[in-house]
Amino acid sequence: MRTLRMLVVTYWLHLKMLATSAFDGVFQVVWPLFFATTAFLVYRQSADPDALVYAGLGSAVMGIWSVIATTASSLLQRERWIGTLELLVAAPTRFALVLVPITTAMASLGLYSLVATLVWGRLLFGISVPVAHPVVFVVAVAAAILSISLIGFLLSVVVVRYRTAWALGNMLEYPGWLVCGFLVPLTLFPTWVTWIAYALPPTWGMRAIRSAAAGGSPWFDIVVCLALGLAYGVVGALLSETVLRSARRHATLALT
Amino acid sequence: MISLRIFLVGGLISFRALFNWLSPWIYVPSMLVAPIFQILLFAFVGRSAGVQSDGFFVIGNAVQYAAIPCLFAMANTIAGERWTQTLGIVLVTPARRVPLFLGRSLPVVLNGFLVSMFSLVVGCLLLGVAVAGGAWLPITLVVAVAAASCTGLGLVTAALGLRVRETAVLSNVLFGVLLVFCGANVPLSQLPGWMATIGSWLPLSHAITAARELAAGASLADVSGLVAREIGIGAGYAVIGLVALRLLEVESRRRATLEIQ
Repeated sequence: MRTLRMLVVTYWLHLKMLATSAFDGVFQVVWPLFFATTAFLVYRQSADPDALVYAGLGSAVMGIWSVIATTASSLLQRERWIGTLELLVAAPTRFALVLVPITTAMASLGLYSLVATLVWGRLLFGISVPVAHPVVFVVAVAAAILSISLIGFLLSVVVVRYRTAWALGNMLEYPGWLVCGFLVPLTLFPTWVTWIAYALPPTWGMRAIRSAAAGGSPWFDIVVCLALGLAYGVVGALLSETVLRSARRHATLALT
Repeated sequence: MISLRIFLVGGLISFRALFNWLSPWIYVPSMLVAPIFQILLFAFVGRSAGVQSDGFFVIGNAVQYAAIPCLFAMANTIAGERWTQTLGIVLVTPARRVPLFLGRSLPVVLNGFLVSMFSLVVGCLLLGVAVAGGAWLPITLVVAVAAASCTGLGLVTAALGLRVRETAVLSNVLFGVLLVFCGANVPLSQLPGWMATIGSWLPLSHAITAARELAAGASLADVSGLVAREIGIGAGYAVIGLVALRLLEVESRRRATLEIQ
């Protein structure tokens, strides 16, 4: 019960803090909108209304990946910079349980982008994204957010020794957009790229969201999405303990 | 002579001091890998939509990506100095402002040019885009003009950096505006009229069009009008930037806001 309370409080606290940052606000809403607009303009040339709906839905979900790639990678660096990393590490709660609600809060802010892009596409480009099963659609979005946040958790731990992790995070934004089926069908890629895509939870999250919107049954995609996210989370949790031990042993926790 | 020294030596030292981009840990992911994935993203979006050719997206995005080094670096000429608490020291010197700031823009132009050319060459190789051997030299010239022109806009963002604290946000927004409006992924002729009009007054638009025409077999003389307009637009933004830098510097001194983080 105490752990659950800690998870909820940490999630809510970070959600409020992130929501007040102008920098993060731009990344969450405006930044993906530029790419969504460009994608709409490209797809509009094809004069295929289905293609625009495809782009409309994919662009809307892109922001969730975007916010995780750009902010989760520098999560620990930011805590280190403001001097709170040692406090988080010294807390009696497991370090992974402190980080997961933070990355979940980050991914949740991708909802801003999702809603903004859907509204943007509707108002400016007349793209109406039909949602056949609204409840299942929401479940699919929630599953995508959770699994993407767990990737973010793993990312934040992996790059803890990399002082310029923000650069790596920025670099990961485009590959995620490219291979996870947000804007481009996986059938256009070589087989080896699709293998990479299927190992990433956002691919399954996107499939689930599209399936729910189209009236199909997205449950298999949702389960795979969550299972993959959980796997990434477990790896992150194990890695975080190793990284912490190493940082304590080498006294590098506070180095900026 | 002093102005020339400030222009050349001052600019180089400032660039090395202010930008960690010379560190490969930042430069490689931000300046070399990211533009390649931007090219791939839009080339595949184009394939998916069944519009334009791979070459269209390679050239458009490679030239447009010059905006990242040019806008961010110029904005950092102010924001970086403020962060390191040296902005006041720089602006209290009697150095003439034109060589001071233009000197800082020279390495930025060079960097923007290198990033664009790298993206162009690697993008062509990855997607199998064939550009005639004779077209490369004029395209190189056009890319250099594009980088210089975009740095002109960067001078404006540098000036705004005297009043705007979140210069990274500002540069990102301008990058996005250029992505949408300058014809990198959609020909200006296919954009709505008002967007095409805005695009024609932005840096990079004419350079992108010129580079595409050169790749399609046009001669440098054929695109000289486009190149001249690109130079004119870049020079126009540079003049606006330098005037704005002077005005906002005076204003910042009057309001004592120079060092506010």
